Amino acid sequence: MDTFIQQIINGLVLGSMYALIALGYTMVYGVLNLINFAHGDVLMIGAMVGLTILTLLETFAPGLPGYVDLFIAIAGAVPACILVNIIIERIAYRRLRNAPRLAPLITAIGVSILLQTFAMMIWGRSPLPFPQLLSTEPIMIGGALISQTQLLLLALAALAMVALVVLVEKTRMGRAMRATAENPRVAGLMGVDSNMVIVATFAIGAALAAIAGVMWGANYASIAFAMGTLPGLKAFCAAVLGGIGNIYGAMIGGILLGIIESLGAGYIGDLTGGFLGSHYQDIFAFVVLIIVLTIRPSGIMGERVADRA
Amino acid sequence: MSEPIILNIAGVNKRFGGLQALTNVGIQITKGQIYGLIGPNGAGKTTFFNVITGLYQPDTGTFELAGKPYSPSAPHEVAKAGIARTFQNIRLFGEMTALENVMVGRHVRSRQGVFGAVFRHKAARLEEASIRARAQELLDFVGIGQFASRTSKFLSYGDQRRLEIARALATDPQLLALDEPAAGMNATEKLALRELLVKIKAEGKTVLLIEHDVKLMMGLCDRITVLEYGKPIAEGIPADIQKNPAVIEAYLGSGHK
Amino acid sequence: MAILNFDVQNQPRQAYASMAVLLVGLLVFPFVAAQFGNSWVRIIDIALLYIMLALGLNIVVGFAGLLDLGYIAFFAVGAYITGLFASPQFAALLESIVNYSPWLGNALVAIMGPDIVQNGIHLSVWLIVPIAAVVAGLFGALLGAPTLKLRGDYLAIVTLGFGEIIRIFMNNLNDPINFTNGPQGINGIDPIRIFNVNLAGEAGSRANVVIGDFSMPSVNAYYFLFLALCIAIVFVTSRLQHSRLGRAWVAIREDEIAAKAMGINTRNVKLLAFSMGASFGGVAGAMFASFQGFVSPESFSLTESIAVLAMVVLGGIGHIPGVIMGGVLLAALPEVLRHVVEPAQMAIFGQVVIESEVLRQLLYGLALVLIMLNRPAGLWPSPKHEDRPQAADTNKGDTFPA
Repeated sequence: MDTFIQQIINGLVLGSMYALIALGYTMVYGVLNLINFAHGDVLMIGAMVGLTILTLLETFAPGLPGYVDLFIAIAGAVPACILVNIIIERIAYRRLRNAPRLAPLITAIGVSILLQTFAMMIWGRSPLPFPQLLSTEPIMIGGALISQTQLLLLALAALAMVALVVLVEKTRMGRAMRATAENPRVAGLMGVDSNMVIVATFAIGAALAAIAGVMWGANYASIAFAMGTLPGLKAFCAAVLGGIGNIYGAMIGGILLGIIESLGAGYIGDLTGGFLGSHYQDIFAFVVLIIVLTIRPSGIMGERVADRA
Repeated sequence: MSEPIILNIAGVNKRFGGLQALTNVGIQITKGQIYGLIGPNGAGKTTFFNVITGLYQPDTGTFELAGKPYSPSAPHEVAKAGIARTFQNIRLFGEMTALENVMVGRHVRSRQGVFGAVFRHKAARLEEASIRARAQELLDFVGIGQFASRTSKFLSYGDQRRLEIARALATDPQLLALDEPAAGMNATEKLALRELLVKIKAEGKTVLLIEHDVKLMMGLCDRITVLEYGKPIAEGIPADIQKNPAVIEAYLGSGHK
Repeated sequence: MAILNFDVQNQPRQAYASMAVLLVGLLVFPFVAAQFGNSWVRIIDIALLYIMLALGLNIVVGFAGLLDLGYIAFFAVGAYITGLFASPQFAALLESIVNYSPWLGNALVAIMGPDIVQNGIHLSVWLIVPIAAVVAGLFGALLGAPTLKLRGDYLAIVTLGFGEIIRIFMNNLNDPINFTNGPQGINGIDPIRIFNVNLAGEAGSRANVVIGDFSMPSVNAYYFLFLALCIAIVFVTSRLQHSRLGRAWVAIREDEIAAKAMGINTRNVKLLAFSMGASFGGVAGAMFASFQGFVSPESFSLTESIAVLAMVVLGGIGHIPGVIMGGVLLAALPEVLRHVVEPAQMAIFGQVVIESEVLRQLLYGLALVLIMLNRPAGLWPSPKHEDRPQAADTNKGDTFPA
């Protein structure tokens, strides 16, 4: 039973990160019908920038407590990622708004490669160690262990998601985003500047990815230029699981996928008589995707995609 | 009435969520007829079309083509069985030439596959030649033979409509189903279309036609069914339809008696 | 491209003439390049394999319009089939079965006989290639059957997922039963033997192939084999393109609903494209395994799938000469650059500012982005012999009453 709770906790931690990334995918898909293949790499940029900031802090302000360091790192990574995402949208995606469906996706793949190349040039090709800033003393919760970093991650993720919900449901910008997500043309007729909304969507997604990136580094203690691809893809699977275009779906899908992956990796050995082991963990996301798309393509909470006819 | 019944549809019901789009709709078309389906906007004409050609699944209904039951489960099966259709918004293969578009229409009546494609043995070459010849024949028949090698997206609107009809004819259908073929046409073009349809009828083809131009329909159709809010409200020869009070009320409102 | 014209449909004489010129050049090439060292021919050998892959993917992406981001999985299938049936690996497999389930293992050992238990299975290339093609094609059908009905971008991600699933399996199917030897991969794969000629050269010949009085380096021998295969694939795909099936693919690409309404069984036609593309990938994989002598999961990553896609996209989606050009550019160019750019940077800057690996990635990324933004049809798209109406005959279409 202890293992079970441990797996659930691990799943929640992993799932929170997936949820943060999935939100970026789902919002962009909601307004543009585009899978932003490069979104996972924004996570990586967030982690890298965060690391750079932490390294600088190490040199110039060594006495600061771990929490403060992390917050400063996040505070620096967020604008960096927002900038990157806004530039990408402007240069690569905007011109392809009305192109046939596959062109933006192929371009996004190219952008992903370029982001990784960019990271390779600046930060090198080898994995970089991410400092352990919070005490590594694990905390016991109901028979399972959780680190302070992981607790912080859960807290930040929850905070971010609440903030997003408030933004989307209660503010003018949020209303504009929802309108554009449903029908961009009509929203335009009502005075909504769809370009601004799209830029805002990319910016918010980037911010969430930045937070996830820094915390990913803090949690796994190591980052590399290719670290974003797989989490990004899995987060997309989570978004589909929850219902693409639906931010509540992304949150639920992300957490659910994290738990599925964690439990699956933990128990797959037992389930298959030792034939498959936990290194098969990565396939769960894709298996889930295939099952969802075959049985219930609109996902758990139903998809909300723009009527761009 | 010695002519056999080509299309026999009865009891079609179709619901979309909270909207009952079709209620107990049926149609009987005799061979060689031009049969019209009219009704105000939103009456369910195109929905009915989509049901009988397999684009939508009906909730209930019986479907018979030339005496044999057919299952409108998939559009390509319906085409194979013998119903060919055109679309309200013209769906041509824009990048292909006119000839190639019609050649695609021959796909369902030809069989060469991978082997024939790669090895081009005698039977494959013969079939390809006959596909090409028949396609040209059909282009000539509808009056755009000289545009065979024109990329179809560059044809004029009227010619695109003709091309779509030629492509549908290429499938050797028992029933040709046309969804608003006269939409967007001026009076002259409509006359030309009328001539074409008369020509098609003279070849012995059976036609089911949705249209809004009432005058065109009255002059062209042998029988007409009128739909309103998904229900059939009248069926008969044009002269009777024109005098039918329910029809008049549907189109003009209840102030006219 | 005015000098070389391959438009067989519209300008056959020029097209065949161009092909003849090209063929002569291709036949002579290895002997010329050998003057500068074997490595150049080796680079082209690898490039030819990539071109085979690009041509196979072209059927799926270019003809049928289906974006497959996991194409390399079929390459992997072909390579690992070869690894399993043309190397000592099968012996290791049997051993692991014996360890896992002695009754089953010993039964198999009894059936297979001591030679196989000792040395593994070593099928000849004439068997391996068709088996690889069929098995890869089957995988294609299995993958395609549930997924081809999905819309374009979802299909892309699902195929990517399958590609990753295959790679992960290849990386891990070594315990408890050793099919793939895990991350270490399979070594000792037989080179190709055609008509008793060993393309890697007989032992002691220092990788020289001797045919009668004539001798050439092994890389040259493989060059001609791969060239012949590429030509065969070009022939087959070209014939497919201009046939009833090819038209059906274009129809589906242009308007799937209209294609269905015209009686095309879109599911089966798409499946056919997918399987055929997969089997070409499998054949290329078999060639790769034999050429290299070993296979390991790192050769079959998402990066490789994307690389092949980039070749198709850069060159000219759906246009065979364009795809070949894309393959040559993206496969050979990075290698050429590595031989040129790094020394150049050393000479100019005294250090390597941009490593060739990074340069390679940069090229691929830029290729995809710049092409999609500026020339989405590729660098060398199908010649547009479209018949556009001239101003004079705009009204001739509609029939005016006389």
